Amino acid sequence: MGMWHGGTSAAGWGGRGSWDSVGRGGRGRADGWDYEELGNLYDWALMKRLLPYLAPYKGRVALVLIAMVGTALAQYSQPFIIGKGLETAIRSNDLGALNTVGITLVGLAIFAWITQVVVQLLSGWIAQKLLYHLRNDVFAHMQKLSLSFYDAEEVGRVMSRLTSDVTVMQELLTSGMLNVLTDIAGLVIVVAFMFLLDAQLAVVSLSTVPILVLFMAIWQRYAQRAFIRVRLAIAQVNSNINQNVSGIRVVQSMRREDVNLKEFGQLNEENRQSNLYAMRLQASVMPMVEILSTISTVLVVVFIGIRLFNGTLDPSSAAAFALAFVLFIQRFFTPIRDIVLQYTMLQRAMAGAHRVFEVLDTKPEIVDAEDPIELGDVEGRVDFNHVNFEYLTDVPVLRDFDLHVAPGETVALVGHTGAGKTSVTALINRSYEIQGGTIEIDGKDLTKLVRKSLTRRMSVVLQEPYLFSGPIAENIRYGRLDATREEIEQVAEAVGASEFIERLPDGYDAELKEGGKNLSIGQRQLIAFARAVVAEPRIIILDEATAHVDTQTERIIQRALKVVLANRTSFVIAHRLSTIRDADRIVMMRNGEIVEIGTHDELMANEDVYADFYRMTFTSHGDVADEVMFDPTATT
Amino acid sequence: MTGRNMPIHLRLLGHAWPYRWLLLLTLAATAATTAMQVATPQLLKFAVDTGFDITNTYNESGEIIDSVVDGNMGTLALVSVLLLAAAALRGVFTYGQSYLGEKMGQSIAYDFRNQIFDHLQHLSYAYHDNSEIGQIMSRATQDVEGVRMFVGMAVVRLLSIVALVGVSAAFMLSLNVKVALVALAFMPVIAIQSGAVSLWMRPMWLKVQDLHGQISTVLQENLTGMRVVKAFSREEHEQEKFDKKAQELFDVSFRTTLIQAWNNPTMLSLWLLSMGLVFWVGAREINAGNMTPGDMVAFQVYLTLLQMPVRMLGFIVNMFARAHSAGERIFEILDAESAVVDAPGAKPIDVTRGEVEFDDVSFGYDAATSVLQDVTIHAQPGEMIALLGPTGSGKSTVVNLLPRFYDVTTGAVRIDGQDVRDATIDSLREAIGIVQQDVFLFPATIRDNIRYGHPEATDEEVEVAAKAARIHDFIESMPDKYETWVGERGSTLSGGQRQRVAIARTILLNPRVLVFDDSTSSVDMRTEFLIQEALNNLMEGRTTFVIAQRLRTVQQADQIIVLHDGMIVERGKHDVLLEAGGLYREIYDLELRDQEEARAAVEPS
Repeated sequence: MGMWHGGTSAAGWGGRGSWDSVGRGGRGRADGWDYEELGNLYDWALMKRLLPYLAPYKGRVALVLIAMVGTALAQYSQPFIIGKGLETAIRSNDLGALNTVGITLVGLAIFAWITQVVVQLLSGWIAQKLLYHLRNDVFAHMQKLSLSFYDAEEVGRVMSRLTSDVTVMQELLTSGMLNVLTDIAGLVIVVAFMFLLDAQLAVVSLSTVPILVLFMAIWQRYAQRAFIRVRLAIAQVNSNINQNVSGIRVVQSMRREDVNLKEFGQLNEENRQSNLYAMRLQASVMPMVEILSTISTVLVVVFIGIRLFNGTLDPSSAAAFALAFVLFIQRFFTPIRDIVLQYTMLQRAMAGAHRVFEVLDTKPEIVDAEDPIELGDVEGRVDFNHVNFEYLTDVPVLRDFDLHVAPGETVALVGHTGAGKTSVTALINRSYEIQGGTIEIDGKDLTKLVRKSLTRRMSVVLQEPYLFSGPIAENIRYGRLDATREEIEQVAEAVGASEFIERLPDGYDAELKEGGKNLSIGQRQLIAFARAVVAEPRIIILDEATAHVDTQTERIIQRALKVVLANRTSFVIAHRLSTIRDADRIVMMRNGEIVEIGTHDELMANEDVYADFYRMTFTSHGDVADEVMFDPTATT
Repeated sequence: MTGRNMPIHLRLLGHAWPYRWLLLLTLAATAATTAMQVATPQLLKFAVDTGFDITNTYNESGEIIDSVVDGNMGTLALVSVLLLAAAALRGVFTYGQSYLGEKMGQSIAYDFRNQIFDHLQHLSYAYHDNSEIGQIMSRATQDVEGVRMFVGMAVVRLLSIVALVGVSAAFMLSLNVKVALVALAFMPVIAIQSGAVSLWMRPMWLKVQDLHGQISTVLQENLTGMRVVKAFSREEHEQEKFDKKAQELFDVSFRTTLIQAWNNPTMLSLWLLSMGLVFWVGAREINAGNMTPGDMVAFQVYLTLLQMPVRMLGFIVNMFARAHSAGERIFEILDAESAVVDAPGAKPIDVTRGEVEFDDVSFGYDAATSVLQDVTIHAQPGEMIALLGPTGSGKSTVVNLLPRFYDVTTGAVRIDGQDVRDATIDSLREAIGIVQQDVFLFPATIRDNIRYGHPEATDEEVEVAAKAARIHDFIESMPDKYETWVGERGSTLSGGQRQRVAIARTILLNPRVLVFDDSTSSVDMRTEFLIQEALNNLMEGRTTFVIAQRLRTVQQADQIIVLHDGMIVERGKHDVLLEAGGLYREIYDLELRDQEEARAAVEPS
């Protein structure tokens, strides 16, 4: 809309995404300029990659460009026609000729309307379509990326790729490029008409343009920094409010209100100051434009006067030329100013496009092999054959991990944090690639399977179950999309979730908030159980939750566990004593290796690593340690 | 608070009162700008009619036969100087108008942000329990922005447009009534259309914004739940969800495009049309001898001058509409009254011994629901009280009444015999230290986090506290030591480390009475050990309320209070309660027994 008055309202730029810009700046301290924000406009390689995105719309783009030229012609020929018309009107009383001019002007207005409608309609459509496809493409690519990508990236950062960066990239491709082209076309046309009317006056009126361009070029360098400063400042203000409201319980209990207000006041003041500085810069453009355009106007008037007085200009043309050139000058200063302003915006857009391509260029680590095999029915045999695995090069997580699990067997993985339990479970459904050995399901190598067919007969329950916003029934259905309502209710019943679900006002249709926040953690676990079971998995992977829940729920969960694990090959990262004891085999892990395998009783009898671990973990703190470690004199 | 029933716009302007002189100055600059703007067409007319001073003679058929030029460079020079002077002054005044308006807008936004921030800090838990952070944030950001635009731009611009149109209209009418009427006929059309379209599109923009929010939610959930997505291979399903929203967004956005594709060209064409018609009618007036060529120049320049401002009316109407909803939402926060405030004549509390009494306390968030009923607890100085019970039994509520995060409905809470409601909130909270279950750390260094409640603590004091909290060694093992940056919500530290940092920051406060809401997340043996030690250091010599998760803590307690549905169902010591076979026994069997059994395994038999 060409309204650049809103330039300092940086808070509106990223919308919801703007808070995370603090996270992007590391610790969010404004210790320097965020050069990541400054793109390079002359990155031709990037430009070359961008243009193909317009290819599907090339017919429409061409039409837009033609219509734009049409609008420019209508708009910029008007001063010429008005000038010529005034000349005619002064020279004679020929009403017929005057009416022709009048009708032409009305016709031009209508013509401009039509071409503008074409431009707006098509370019708007292209912009929205492009944005839609860009969004879907980036999202689709994000779905393909492996977990290792998400382990390393912050959610906020990835999100802003798809929210703000995609939008600026689209702006670059549509309004950015189109605006610049229109402005350039308009300038060419207006200059042509000026020369057509009078070459000398054209030169005179254009004489101030270099000064404006120079001024704007210098100006935009300062302005760009000023606007970045504004954005950083408001981001800090917002994140401070966010922090304070999130931590309000600590703030109030520690009586930090006054200190915090003072700190906030400083950020708030910095925000005001940076905005005022930006405004000083922004407000300086108008006076410059006013003065330069007036100089042009004055020069035109003076030159007409000189030629009039020395007899080289037809007196009947004097007023006409003056009028035409005054109107010309009014019109060509706007596109020149806009082109320079676009520069900053285009630069920012290039930076955004660059970041979008960064995501698109990230190769998914895990892809199906060529001619992959469908897994089909699963018996449930799982073999780890001498598996080596690392997240980071040369930091082994699993070493020569060899484990063979029979169909229907329940294996409890135990060990300290960092022993590699979670990695074992993450490898069964091929969330990561292994570096050595093979993993087989029913004797079939995982890497040769269609990954989707692999996960179809396998369910995972995470330690902190993640639920999606939406009805409870839909959350359970997530395990198997074609599950009927009846099946969902049966499964919920089986795991003991039905009782609390049915007590909710909307039962299975009760809407969950993001992450299932409106349920207790125990209830979330039960839904996650139902979700896992409804998939009718042959293999189940369960990272047992550690958070304490209330007595009633705990009892239900322990019962539910038996249902979930029954008759399935199960891998459990176990934290509950009862789960460990009920397991068919316990795998004791340390530093990525299996140190002991056996039943609870066998391992206890061994009196080795497991027995120690067991005592340490399931003994309330203090009991052993108080005596052994801190009071050596005490005897038992 | 005054003015609650005032119209929102007036209330907003009321907040501009401290800046009334700035407003006056802005308006003066606006008036001066307007004067300098309308001077230009008049000066150009003067240049053409008097500067060139051409007298034409026509024959009977209206053909020109002679032109006499009487003008001189002197007049043109004068006009040039005046034009330049007007431009220079216009530049200065426009600058002043923009800058001063911005200053006013920014200052009001600044005030609002500070007020919102401060007010939020003083609203009690009851308010924060029921408000969503996203809602609060959008008020503190977008709504404040809306108000800033209203005060800093909309009001001033509206006045300036009215003045510009009014003065220009008067000048045009003085030049030629007929042509002026043609020129002015378009103004209301353009103004009304741009205003109407702007109001018409507003709900669509809100819908677009809402959809952006929905897309963000889908995306956020997808990314946060990526493990679940991958585990069930639901990538396609997710893509469908996303595509549905993206498609919806496309549809709504395109609808706004349709309106704009009709509106913008109409605006442009109406303007081109008005210039064309003014020329047509004007030229006939020149032929009829009712108008000079200079008048024509003036008319055309007036039209150019008025184009942008009149079109801007649309934005201004929008800003007024936006300011209304924004103001409403901001005042919703500012008008919210804290349920907990200092009583008139409240005195600083004097806590020496640390005796705490809950005297027949009942509490409910509202009249209908009761959270606590008839709770009576008497804690002797230095005692440790363990609170136990299922989720929702009211344990946390009990301890939240102590520092007056909520106020009791009936009954009284007393510390050393003084009702907490008679004490100043500040002194009360100074006397009570709290370690919350969900430890909240701030994005700052570990050092600043430890001295969060006592900002002037020295480095030595911080270290002493960290040592007592058994976190010093860990901190020293980090490359940056005490300068280690703690990320958002303390995410760079483990649960056990966070808890110990929280204990350290509470130790530093040296409170008389302590509340410890034990974390539910399980930690490894060594950490648990360290926490227990830290806790023992913290509790020493203080009256302590513990919401317990660990058997050891419960066994140590001087009194165990078992809560169920907001009522005390059992109280006493561990052994006695175990014997009684009530709720305590049940909880013990399910949650604490594992610990007990394992202990039995290591004790020599």
